Amino acid sequence: MIRIENLQKSYGATRAVDGIDLSVAPGELFAFLGPNGAGKTTTIRILTGLTRLGGGQARLNGHDIESEPLAAKRQCGLVPQHINLDSELSVLENLDIHGRLFDMAPEFRRQKIEQLLTYVELEDRLHTLVKQLSGGLKRRLMIARALMHEPRILFLDEPTVGLDPAIRRRIWALIKRVQQDGTTIFLTTHYIEEAEFLAGRVAFIDRGRIVALDHPQALMARLGHWAIDRMNDEGIQTHYFATRDEATEFSAGQDFGFTLRRVNLEDAFLALTGKKVM
Amino acid sequence: MQGFIAVYLREMLILKYRFKRQLAGMAISPLLYLVTFGYAMGDVIRFGEHSYLHFLIPGLVAMASMTQAFGIATDINVARFYWNIFEEFQAAPISNLSYVAGETLAGMTRAFLGVVVILLLSLPFGVILQYGPMFWLALLGNSFVFASLAVAMAMLVKSHADQSLLTNFIITPMAFLGGTFFPVEKLPTWAQIPLNCLPLTHASHAIRASSLGQPVQWPDYLVLLVTGVVFFWLALHSVNRARD
Repeated sequence: MIRIENLQKSYGATRAVDGIDLSVAPGELFAFLGPNGAGKTTTIRILTGLTRLGGGQARLNGHDIESEPLAAKRQCGLVPQHINLDSELSVLENLDIHGRLFDMAPEFRRQKIEQLLTYVELEDRLHTLVKQLSGGLKRRLMIARALMHEPRILFLDEPTVGLDPAIRRRIWALIKRVQQDGTTIFLTTHYIEEAEFLAGRVAFIDRGRIVALDHPQALMARLGHWAIDRMNDEGIQTHYFATRDEATEFSAGQDFGFTLRRVNLEDAFLALTGKKVM
Repeated sequence: MQGFIAVYLREMLILKYRFKRQLAGMAISPLLYLVTFGYAMGDVIRFGEHSYLHFLIPGLVAMASMTQAFGIATDINVARFYWNIFEEFQAAPISNLSYVAGETLAGMTRAFLGVVVILLLSLPFGVILQYGPMFWLALLGNSFVFASLAVAMAMLVKSHADQSLLTNFIITPMAFLGGTFFPVEKLPTWAQIPLNCLPLTHASHAIRASSLGQPVQWPDYLVLLVTGVVFFWLALHSVNRARD
């Protein structure tokens, strides 16, 4: 569904994307996890036509993004990191304009608007001006807008950034539902729990390069399953263990304060790159 | 075609929501010019059989159609740099032609609205001019020139500040020097040459001649057509440069 070969993009001397290769299968929910400035957003911007390709190739559902840009764009929906709705227009007008941009017939547009607003639970906000919606409702509207033209691939760039935990979980449930309905999802995030909860496969990206790519459980299992964080003069030191018993045994009789927890993707990222995701 | 309609429709919906404010904004400058230059000086200056007000109103029409058409650049920049709505167009499967044509037509619509405001404002001053087909054709040409230029500039600038600079250095001088407030023919030849290179000078000539019932000069219309096509072509080729 998504095939990327040696994707590159530089801004002056800075290599924002430095030779990324990957492929995402139909129906997969794939996550790009990395700190700010790692190249996640640039990758999505290149794939969706917002940023010029610096080098390499990418195909969306078989359509090359450079030689067949319009066909490639028809394959995908985009929910960017920032709110980019027309705040002065109503919910209906925002969706209707999107439908027209994707050449949808009037009757189909009307049906999809009705269906999607029910899907994202905004059916009673049809004529509300976007500027009157809360941040969480705007996010849901952006997802509805991206799904209007029934894209095969949905790009979500930090879809829950800035949202409170309760709303974040509602968005997660919505994303899961979209995937279960057959849409391939390419997600970027720097929220560990978001990638763990949602993604079938995760790629760690750092300085424009993929440093690891696997199932979340497999990435975490490289370190073990349990972790003990202990505070010492140098800061927090983390020890990893295959089993809880091993971790408990390690900590028994020690005179330091510690926290016993499960290994997470942050640990895996830290072990590979030496830096935290957040 | 749907892409073009979507781009134009969006601008018109925004215009609808801001209509009263926009109308007030369109009226204030022409009203001040009419009162200060036209009404107060109306009897002092005459151009042949015409009062200064008769001379001024076609100039204001030319100026307003330019500034209102060029005003679309500000809306595009707000959409691009502040609201990020331009990304919605970039990510959509529409051609550059659809986008540029939609925005250009939106600028031209604003220009026509601005002109109607001036024509209505001129009524209480007792000025009745001739608004035949050649008047509207000149208006069409002028608004096409400056709406196309606006779209091109909006694609090429990198920030709001750049846009303000362009307005200060291109539009404001042209508004005063393009035959709006005085006849360019009265200036020495060395001054006429550069001013005759300005599209607004030709728009002022054409609009004034047609509205005062004088014979129109076809080269004025030709200049507007050629300039408009060049700016539209520039806009078309600038859209991809707006991608980073």
